[in-house]
Amino acid sequence: MTNMRMTEQDLQDRETKIASRGVDVFYGATHAIKDVDIDILNNTVTAFIGPSGCGKSTFLRCLNRMNDTIDSCRVTGQILLDGDDIYHSSVDPVTLRARVGMVFQKPNPFPKSIFDNIAYGPRIHGLVNNKAELDEVVEKSLRRAAIWNEVKDRLDQPGTGLSGGQQQRLCIARAIATAPEVLLMDEPCSALDPIATAQIEELIDELRQDFAVVIVTHSMQQAARVSQKTAFFHLGVIAEHGDTNQIFTNPVDKRTQDYITGRFG
Amino acid sequence: MVLTASFVAILFLAVAGYGMSRSRAVSVAGGNLARLHSRPSYHGTYSLLWVLIAGIATLLIVGEAWALLNERIYFSIIEDARPGLAQIEKQLILSDAHQLARGGIASATGEVRTALAETIRVMDTWRVVVTAILSLAAAAAAAALTFGRIDADWRARNRSENIIRAILMICAIIAILTTIGIVLSLIFETINFFGKIDWQVHKFLFGTTWSPLSGVSAGKLDPDKVGAVPLFAGTFMITIIAMLVAVPVGLFAAVYLSDFASKATRAWAKPMLEILAGVPTVVYGFFAAITVAPAIRDAGNFLGLSVDSSSALAAGTVMGIMIIPFISSLSDDVINSVPQSLRDGSYGLGATKAETIRQVVLPAALPGIVSAVLLGVSRAVGETMIVVMAAGQGANLTWNPLEAVTTVTVQIVMLYTGDTDLETASGPVFALGFTLFCVTLLLNVVALRIVRRYREMYD
Amino acid sequence: MVAMNELSALHGSDASKRRLRKRRAAETRLKMYGIGAIIIAGLALVTLMWSVVGNARYALSESYITLPLTLSAEELGVDPADPQSIRRGDYENFVRDAFRDRFDYVSGRTPRRELGDLYSNAAGFDLRDMVVENPALIGQTVDVRMLASDVADLYIKGDYGTLQTPDLSSPLRFTATGEDTVLIEATQPVFADVFADVQNDLLALAERRGREAARQELGRIEFLRRADIAETTEERTAAIEEAARREAARDALQEEADDLRDRAMASDGFEELTEDNESLLFKLNGGWLKATMVGPDVAEATIIAPLDSRDLNNPDYEMLVQPVPESARKFSDDQIVWIEELRSQGAVEQVFNWRFFTASDSRDAERAGIWGAAVGSFWTMLVTFLLAFPIGTLAAIYLEEFAPRNRFTDFVEVNINNLAAVPSIVFGLLGLAVFLGFFGVPRSAPIAGGIVLALMTLPTIIIASRAAIRAVPPSIRDAALGLGASNLQTAFHHVLPLAMPGILTGTIIGMAQALGETAPLILIGMVAFIVDVPGSVTDPATVLPVQVFRWSDFPERAFEARTAAAICVLLAFLVLMNAFAVFLRKRFERRW
Repeated sequence: MTNMRMTEQDLQDRETKIASRGVDVFYGATHAIKDVDIDILNNTVTAFIGPSGCGKSTFLRCLNRMNDTIDSCRVTGQILLDGDDIYHSSVDPVTLRARVGMVFQKPNPFPKSIFDNIAYGPRIHGLVNNKAELDEVVEKSLRRAAIWNEVKDRLDQPGTGLSGGQQQRLCIARAIATAPEVLLMDEPCSALDPIATAQIEELIDELRQDFAVVIVTHSMQQAARVSQKTAFFHLGVIAEHGDTNQIFTNPVDKRTQDYITGRFG
Repeated sequence: MVLTASFVAILFLAVAGYGMSRSRAVSVAGGNLARLHSRPSYHGTYSLLWVLIAGIATLLIVGEAWALLNERIYFSIIEDARPGLAQIEKQLILSDAHQLARGGIASATGEVRTALAETIRVMDTWRVVVTAILSLAAAAAAAALTFGRIDADWRARNRSENIIRAILMICAIIAILTTIGIVLSLIFETINFFGKIDWQVHKFLFGTTWSPLSGVSAGKLDPDKVGAVPLFAGTFMITIIAMLVAVPVGLFAAVYLSDFASKATRAWAKPMLEILAGVPTVVYGFFAAITVAPAIRDAGNFLGLSVDSSSALAAGTVMGIMIIPFISSLSDDVINSVPQSLRDGSYGLGATKAETIRQVVLPAALPGIVSAVLLGVSRAVGETMIVVMAAGQGANLTWNPLEAVTTVTVQIVMLYTGDTDLETASGPVFALGFTLFCVTLLLNVVALRIVRRYREMYD
Repeated sequence: MVAMNELSALHGSDASKRRLRKRRAAETRLKMYGIGAIIIAGLALVTLMWSVVGNARYALSESYITLPLTLSAEELGVDPADPQSIRRGDYENFVRDAFRDRFDYVSGRTPRRELGDLYSNAAGFDLRDMVVENPALIGQTVDVRMLASDVADLYIKGDYGTLQTPDLSSPLRFTATGEDTVLIEATQPVFADVFADVQNDLLALAERRGREAARQELGRIEFLRRADIAETTEERTAAIEEAARREAARDALQEEADDLRDRAMASDGFEELTEDNESLLFKLNGGWLKATMVGPDVAEATIIAPLDSRDLNNPDYEMLVQPVPESARKFSDDQIVWIEELRSQGAVEQVFNWRFFTASDSRDAERAGIWGAAVGSFWTMLVTFLLAFPIGTLAAIYLEEFAPRNRFTDFVEVNINNLAAVPSIVFGLLGLAVFLGFFGVPRSAPIAGGIVLALMTLPTIIIASRAAIRAVPPSIRDAALGLGASNLQTAFHHVLPLAMPGILTGTIIGMAQALGETAPLILIGMVAFIVDVPGSVTDPATVLPVQVFRWSDFPERAFEARTAAAICVLLAFLVLMNAFAVFLRKRFERRW
């Protein structure tokens, strides 16, 4: 994988996909995220790390407005997707979420057939005009998620019947099928065994070619393996962010240092 | 009176047994209670339990068996005095005699009754006195036996706990006994009934003329007049109407409350549905008869339709209202138990709430919703008061919901409250009851099984 | 070929925006259906409550008629010195005679019967009670309050329409035309409204006759056709004759219809006022007239309550219209006049209906009360509670704490769940066959009802109790067991007390269900007409919901109000019980 690592110079060239400016998040009276500024680059894997309860998942869920489904949650500040504020009143979260896809901690295939799971997004967004196109999108998505060979003969069987790792790749394929520009992954491997984790990590690295990928993980090794950029969250603020190499080898912030060396977490 | 007194005496004996055994245990211990295997109060409890069991069991079994035996004898006395009387008239004479024996006022007096009353007085005195003596003796014997067993190694605690555990188990088994009682009593009378129609069961299940009491002769019923199809059809139609009201309203309400409504809305809407669920069915019946049926009739007349004043539509609509909270609360439960992760998955793909509910939540909750509907159907089929008060009473085979139809439950009540001979009526009544029980049991079992499997899926 | 990155461009395109609008509209629609469903449920509840409370209103008060009566020992047929004789006096006829004396102008069978329908049977009993309590009243003249009958009561409350006093645009002139008939004339069409009512009826009748004529015409044509195709001469002659008959009938009907229509359309006329029309009454010189014929500005009336003075030159009069036709109410015009006469003297009063809460069932609506049924409900609930609560709790303890996990326990569980969904009427059949038939439990008695309801509520209580017991955290059990307590001690000393609020809540909810249950009790004979208040669990009794059912079956209008009022009482008890359950839950609820 090291040969794919990009130099700092490479990273400078990539355009900013999502820019967060002074974002605060409140749950009722709780101030969960404090004044977060960060840029998410295109064709890059950005990892959010930090101790549990530090707000990394919360911030991730702000990026496609999944927090809207929680009544008491309030977001202030700006999050710009291609320069447009996603919290602007003219933005429909439904369209936003089609552009910014999400994969969750626990694999959550719908209780439908594998095919219908993948076809769900294209169908609701009207991305295809006929069955042939749909078949094609489904196949491409499954191939892209490196699961096509395992399921191509049983597309009509329920997605819930797959193994955990397969389910998670199915969920990734499902997210890809909606043709997003950004993929958010909320601890996608935490419920999986090491072999499945390795498969998913490999997949993430490939996905970078088409999407901006943001991954929340509690495993520093994983962050080191898959990401080019890393942000370290601590108590709702970004303590430090920058190139993964630099964060892991030469952290500036004392808290990052402590965390990476395992003093807390 | 005497029996009540002996019951009290048994209680007294039990308490006395407790005290005596307890103090005996203390004295056996000789000042060192740790020598005892069980603490003194357990010795007392052991004695108390046995005294109660022995005394009350004797009281109930001897008293009740003797009473049943006596009734037999009384009936044969009546049979000797007035041969060939119908069972119901014998019962009437007997109950009059009982009244006279008790010194009460009978509906009629006569030689047979007075003589029988005298017999009853004598035999009942015997029964009561002997039962009382026997039960007291049994209780005393139990007290003496348990008292004699007490020593330091006597495992009174384990033994009393076993007894208590047995009592607990009996309580749990009462549920099974109830089911067995229901099944046996229904089957017994149903077989009786089928005997009376010469085992032409198909005429009951598929015949279309229901007038069971019009063809009675020599203890037999006319098999051509016990065709229950009009009742089944009426029940079916009213159930369908009820479900047409209850399922959409209940389901939409559940969807709204679980996924759309704000906390404030839920805070008043849920109790409102609970109130609707707590209204007794007789009140719904009144509502149907006084308000809904006339309103539907007037509306029909306004549109130029002829509507019966006890139309199936009125009864069905009100029954539907009754079932709304049932469907909505059960569906609400299953919709809420669909994991949030599935909803998140759908929202994460950019689905709207409606799409998420229609394409992810409802399919996932479908088994639960189906079972809620089945339980709702079972309720509608077995519901009695609404239809008794608002549906028709004559068997009428029709597909028109504006006409009056009758149902299985209405006929059960009608046959028992009308001016009918209970003996003859009980055949059709129990046969209908048995059919009703079988249908609802089937629905319940299927529904509960689906729910169980559904729970296992998400737990 | 579909290029995935091209698909991305579709998000935010115009097509996608149009699609999104539709998707959002579908969402709004679903939300609206949901709101609609809640509104329907809410409306149903409101309508139900409104229909109950609205009907119960009429049972809130009862009416009394007060007459000054001389309680002469002779007329009462009593010996003032003998309490037994006072008790056996003929109070019923005394009251009847009192009314006949008061309205001495009433004669004839029907009017006298109608007069007797003004007061209740209870009037005699109440008078007896009054005299028995205070024999010194005999021989004195006292104001006696007599309970009005149900129909009189309903009229007094305005259920049969109230008399209206239209503004008169011209004075009325009264001329006696006979012994008890009076002609009333006006210069303006003051009777136009009533006359229009009569004309409407005439028009309806004219249309009916017209339709009948049309039917006769069809018959005529049919018989002429039959005459054409008849094969024998006799048949033809018969058919032609029949056609002629039909023609004559048609003409007669048509003529009648035309005549009726002319009368219905005429701007003046003088038509009979029937019992299907509004009633037109006149108060004249202290007496009452009732119009029998009416035109726009003229009416003919008969005297139904005698006038104080026959001098009609300077009359003291008032015109009254009763908008509800006599045929649509159970209270005749004469009865209205009597009640109005009494009312104008202040002899009619309405008081709060305590009787409803203290009396037992009765066939007379104005005397019927719920006390008997309420006591019956109490005894029944007592039996139910004494059986269902301990058995349910103990069964729940067994199933949660002791039962081995095996197929038998599984079977018990399935059984309990099934029993919870068995129709209540089946429990009635069980009670009928097993308890009444086999064990000889007395019919109609609270003990029979209580046992049946206990079996019916048992599943509810067991299920709720199990949930409550399950909610007690295992740590409590572990702590007790760790101290060397036996399983049984743990269950009874630690788990049960903690689970008790939940168990009680479940029990109360189950009892509330049982309190409202009707069908099974009907089957075990608690539907009988019982006047005595039951004194024990073995006396024949009825219960509140069954009382509601019985009353709702009675045709009298007044029973409708009593039924609704009984429902209100029943609902009040249910609300109390549920409120108590909610209180228990709120007060003792513990989150572990």
